[in-house]
Amino acid sequence: MKLKDIAQVIRSKNSGPFELTFDIIFKDRDMFEMICSKKIINRELISKLYNIPHEKVFSIIEFKPANAIKATIVRPVPSGNPGDTDVYGAQQHVPLLGIELEL
Amino acid sequence: MEEFRILSPTGILGYGFPVESFKNGMGKRPHAIAVDAGSTDPGPYYLGSGISFTDRRAVKRDLEIILTAAIGQRIPVIIGTAGGCGGNPHLEWNLEIIKEIAREKDLRFKMAIIQAETSSDYVSACMEQGRLSSLYPAPELTTEQLEATVRIVGQMGIEPFLKALEYGVQVILAGRSYDPAVFAALAVKKGYDRGLALHLGKILECACVAATPGSASDCMFGYLGSDYFKVETLTDKRKCTTLSVAAHTLYEKTDPYKLPGPGGVLDLTGTRFEQIDGSCVRVTGSVFLPSEKYTVKLEGVKKSGYRTVSIAGTRDPVMIGKLDHILKAVQEITHNNFKESGMIYNLGFKIYGKNGIMGNLEPVRDIQSHELGIVIDVIAEDQEIANTICSFARSTLMHYGYEGRVSTAGNLAFPFSPSEFKAGEVYEFSIYHLIEVEDPNELFPIEILDIGV
Repeated sequence: MKLKDIAQVIRSKNSGPFELTFDIIFKDRDMFEMICSKKIINRELISKLYNIPHEKVFSIIEFKPANAIKATIVRPVPSGNPGDTDVYGAQQHVPLLGIELEL
Repeated sequence: MEEFRILSPTGILGYGFPVESFKNGMGKRPHAIAVDAGSTDPGPYYLGSGISFTDRRAVKRDLEIILTAAIGQRIPVIIGTAGGCGGNPHLEWNLEIIKEIAREKDLRFKMAIIQAETSSDYVSACMEQGRLSSLYPAPELTTEQLEATVRIVGQMGIEPFLKALEYGVQVILAGRSYDPAVFAALAVKKGYDRGLALHLGKILECACVAATPGSASDCMFGYLGSDYFKVETLTDKRKCTTLSVAAHTLYEKTDPYKLPGPGGVLDLTGTRFEQIDGSCVRVTGSVFLPSEKYTVKLEGVKKSGYRTVSIAGTRDPVMIGKLDHILKAVQEITHNNFKESGMIYNLGFKIYGKNGIMGNLEPVRDIQSHELGIVIDVIAEDQEIANTICSFARSTLMHYGYEGRVSTAGNLAFPFSPSEFKAGEVYEFSIYHLIEVEDPNELFPIEILDIGV
């Protein structure tokens, strides 16, 4: 099973011009809690998926009221700077869709 | 305590809303109509150039409906981050639209303008006094960066709005504002809890983005009680669910439990979201924790040059296979051709179908597409140099004779004539810092105007 099969929302967006934040919102509380208890979404995974050093993964936060896990990374290029590819940061989520889950 | 009612017509002024939803909202007799008119999301250009990312006609359309309805019923209208970025030219632009509507619709009202632009001298003094701190991962501010900065705005909290409301104004047009402040200010003035009022504002600021199906172009309604608030949609096409509302609390934020803002942190550790009926969600437990020192966030941009782009594509499999080599060759030929000229420029390529969207974050290494989109992106110290380099790189790429080439008439398909576009000035965020202030109003002068008199 892949993450996209059990998540209702998987998205990316700027959190200010220097950070990129990913939201994974699960379809139900049980799935959310199970993913949290196994720590499936962790710094190593995010740094591997996006090929960035660990220290560029800013935070991973579980947000119970929304059955959501949030990961935030340092933007490789600040929003709108020369070389940026996604000013709003809204199309950087795709590597998360295919996270393989062994449940 | 009577519920405080507030109408949020649209996610960003100029993004539009159905008149039907707006009328439904007005039918609920709101105490205020508040709207956020801006964002840093569209990037640094708009703050630097003084131009709004929203369109004048679209902003006028929204404001005309809001003002004609509100002024007649004496409902306050509070607008934050005027003109998209909330600098002085943005404020002036938005004010001009309001004056035009007042003339055309024969409206009269007292209005407050709150400026948010600040000078580099002020920021320099703050640096010297140790009142400036950087917000990791934004880089530290250096004297050179500050000198290069062309416009700086401070993000005002609720205090300047509270002060403006004391003048008995009916409309407030503010420069750069903390998004929730426009929604929270009047409620806080009336004695409602600041934490709940700000959290309500945080949800209302994008209007129906917090509903499902989400939209930044539909109205949302909020009710604030003594120890709760409720949000609901104004159309049966969408609804607020605990998930949609809680999910919006995550939106564009790094830590959804602690949302820092002017003067303190909105703490959502104890927040609960409950479904009241099919389209209404009730929220409790959000708390505002004032910080020891009041800080204001500054945003500033510097000019980094001028841009010219060319848009093209290739359908040729031999070319696609050799693309990295070809682009490197074009870089070298361009460099060698102009190396005596002393021109300073940056020539880059965005390759759609390869990594045009994700750049270095792209995990897919091999090109799998049968066609590629190519954007030649040149930034130079002036527009003419950008034009020269873009034009030269475009013709070089078009006719470059790579090894194994069979399509000897040309390497690119151009969708447009002209094939180059002057994109004008290019800016970069140079300031994203906090300053400590003695008085939350010190950056935000207020001017009172009588409109239509």
